[in-house]
Amino acid sequence: MTTPHDLERREFLKRLAAGGLVIAVGASGVRRLEAMPAFFAAGDPFQPSVHLHIGEDGLVTIVCHRSEMGQGVRTALCMVMGDELEADWTTIRLEQAIGDPKYGSQNTDGSSSIRGTEYPRLRLAGAAARTMLEQAAAAEWGVPATDVAARNGAVVHVASGRSLPFGQLVSRARLFPVPAAPKLKDASQFRFIGKEVAGLDLHDILTGRAVFGQDAKMPGMKVAVILHPPVYGASVATVDASAALKVKGVERVITLATTPIPSGFQPLGGVAVVASSTWAALQGRRALKVTWTASPNDAHDSVAYRAALQASSRAPGRLVRKQGDVAAALSSAAKKVTAEYYAPHLAQAPMEPPAAVALVTGDTCVCWACTQDPQSARNEVAAALKVPKENVTCHVTLLGGAFGRKSKPDYVVEAALLSREMKAPVKVVWTREDDLQNGFPHTVAFQHLEGSLDATGKVTAWLHRVASPSINTTFAPGVTDLSDGELALGILDLPYAIPNVQAESCKAAAHTRIGWFRSVSNVPHAFAISSFVDELAHAAGRDPRDFILELLGPDRIVDMTKVGAVKPVDNYGDTWEAHPLDTARYRKVVELVTMEAGWGKKLPKGEGLGLAVHRSFLTYVAVVVHAKVGANGEIAIPRVDIAMDCGFVVHPERVRSQAEGAVIMGLSNAMTSELSFKRGRVVQSNFNDYRVLRMSAAPRALHVHLAPSGGLPGGVGEPGVPPVAPALANAIYAATGKRHRSLPLGKA
Amino acid sequence: MRLTVNGTSRSYDGDPAQPLLWYLRDELALTGTKFGCGIAACGACTVHVDGQAIQSCVTPMSAIAGKHVTTIEGLSVAGDHPVQKAWADANVPQCGYCQSGQMMAAAALLKQTPKPTEADIDRAMSLVICRCGTYTRIREAIVAAAGGR
Ligand code: FES
Ligand code: FES
Repeated sequence: MTTPHDLERREFLKRLAAGGLVIAVGASGVRRLEAMPAFFAAGDPFQPSVHLHIGEDGLVTIVCHRSEMGQGVRTALCMVMGDELEADWTTIRLEQAIGDPKYGSQNTDGSSSIRGTEYPRLRLAGAAARTMLEQAAAAEWGVPATDVAARNGAVVHVASGRSLPFGQLVSRARLFPVPAAPKLKDASQFRFIGKEVAGLDLHDILTGRAVFGQDAKMPGMKVAVILHPPVYGASVATVDASAALKVKGVERVITLATTPIPSGFQPLGGVAVVASSTWAALQGRRALKVTWTASPNDAHDSVAYRAALQASSRAPGRLVRKQGDVAAALSSAAKKVTAEYYAPHLAQAPMEPPAAVALVTGDTCVCWACTQDPQSARNEVAAALKVPKENVTCHVTLLGGAFGRKSKPDYVVEAALLSREMKAPVKVVWTREDDLQNGFPHTVAFQHLEGSLDATGKVTAWLHRVASPSINTTFAPGVTDLSDGELALGILDLPYAIPNVQAESCKAAAHTRIGWFRSVSNVPHAFAISSFVDELAHAAGRDPRDFILELLGPDRIVDMTKVGAVKPVDNYGDTWEAHPLDTARYRKVVELVTMEAGWGKKLPKGEGLGLAVHRSFLTYVAVVVHAKVGANGEIAIPRVDIAMDCGFVVHPERVRSQAEGAVIMGLSNAMTSELSFKRGRVVQSNFNDYRVLRMSAAPRALHVHLAPSGGLPGGVGEPGVPPVAPALANAIYAATGKRHRSLPLGKA
Repeated sequence: MRLTVNGTSRSYDGDPAQPLLWYLRDELALTGTKFGCGIAACGACTVHVDGQAIQSCVTPMSAIAGKHVTTIEGLSVAGDHPVQKAWADANVPQCGYCQSGQMMAAAALLKQTPKPTEADIDRAMSLVICRCGTYTRIREAIVAAAGGR
């Protein structure tokens, strides 16, 4: 299969203007659009998210509204729509959409581009266009539509073997109404969906031609780096730019206003050095002498903060789930287990630090950025420039990793503000130091769990208290604890058949911006929950696998209105009817992963297997880690097995690679990474002290086991991460009898 | 001073302290070489200087005088260096940002050590971080490019 190439945007617009068949997918269904004018009509109640265009030359263009960051969305969209269309793969072209609400949500977040109802809607678009092309051919030949079939870019009259390529049918196909419920292909006829298809961007990546945000360029462009306030909430007090301005190539030093706390998506402010080259800008920044105003976060210290969170989690918090009577069950238990878990702040640290290019001309702005959400970039730029958002065009480059960091467009706003000052295109380059010290760290969490066992070793009560600052603190004042949405990431949806369950959200103030991180609060929650299940299993003297299966109870759909949640529980924005909490799917991934990993096998001294299972983003994942602990406590990981049930699998190769990546990131979270604060400032500065997993520490063997259960697809990018850290902690316990309750677990 | 980049002879009279990375990216528009840390801690900027893998972010232009630099754009004409082919076969890249550095490190390793051991691979490749987590596939691709085991 050859790889479809990106069309130049201008060429694509020309192509649209030249006619052809345009099918758009919206929340309410599928519709045909007239060429250019209607395509850009404002105020149309129909809000298509994806567009499919078939030109008279037979080329198929798919507009991708979501951002590519390694998860393969660009390829997956082509696979799904192209398959239903019966397109010839070599004729498929991809156009990356600009940020515009006409595409529906473009926020590439929550593992949501294919999952749930997106997948059937994408299929519908392809099927609708195929049906219209078939009708056009049938009319051309004067035969019933049932006698023709689309095949690989052409419609064929089955009996006679006559065929017409799509391009020649387009103008006729336009005259047919768009079928509301076209016949979808049978899964047995899929040619791309569920098959191995080479990634659309693979060749460009292999030859160094792929363009990321850091690589974006405009003629006459200046480069800027910014010295950001070291403490959240501080702003520039004094600037001495004299030395910086002497650096050859430095053109201007510009003070940027600090957005007051909570600063949302707007920039932190600071001092920008604008230069003719990146090197000059970097040297200029080094030569700046800046003092900062005081901030309410000046005293923030991770050691003291951890103690404060611990104290908070030891007292009752806001009651969010109450089933049965936990207090009574705990006090009458045959055995009681209490454990506390700590997970530190983390940095997303995508390999590409944030970057954006912007050009402001009068009251309009064009930008190019590695952003997960070009619409919010557009909105924030418009707000900062005080221009209508229709005046801002935000193009999306490839993203060199994102993991949640690039859904916050503060760096795009910086580029726009500086371009307005410079009256020239400006690229803002974030360095790794900026990324680690001035980012949106993942939340930190202290969790207090209590559980009880009866005389037969059955769990009778489960109390879970969490103290963890909410992402909402970044956006609104007065947020005191996790939101209900964040609590629905593991705590409110705890599936186990335990008669008495109580969950409380305890107070946790934020002293930094807090942001999304791959799998969000599932990461700390799953660490505590799956570690605690393992602790209970050992307290009961049971094999952890058998114990988990028993704790899941009989196969059933958990009625989420009957789990004692104080408010309705969110299900990743989807309904519980479409994506119920199904204990059979937990059971199956546990059974699969333990069978594949050889659970129960005899291992040498100092080695052990650990198991954890977690559902997130509508997908069920179980992990077995094989850990080997050396005489001096050094941890090696000979093997990891991960089993994933994400419903229907659209792109198996990408599902596997996302699962592999999730294991590596989960191990980084567990073993090496920690972002900490002292005197309000982030202590770590670069990859020398913010440590992430490298090749030498990666598992020697990593086996992904897909356990697709059919139905609607679940998320894939994130759900692999949460069970990895607890599986490792449980493996180390199995190997050594030492329980790690604090991450990163390499640190005592 | 003069240097050769991907077979083309160049002259340079700018700041001798400027790292090779920024010369390649800003002046020659060879943006396949990536910026990830600037302190020789991530390997994203790995290129070959006279056949050796080096971190271009900490290599000043003054150290390159008279040398031959090869970047990912010059690793092969058609993108068919054995490492690139093995990378494609194993579908290594996710986001792709680290992969220029990974391939340049792997190509240098295989040139010096055509049949690398696990330990050789660990040593050469642990300099290059992949945050997307493609390590197992990189290992597999290197073994394949070395002609299997
Ligand atoms: S950018 Fe040179 S090693 Fe990281
Ligand atoms: S492929 Fe994304 S950092 Fe390696």
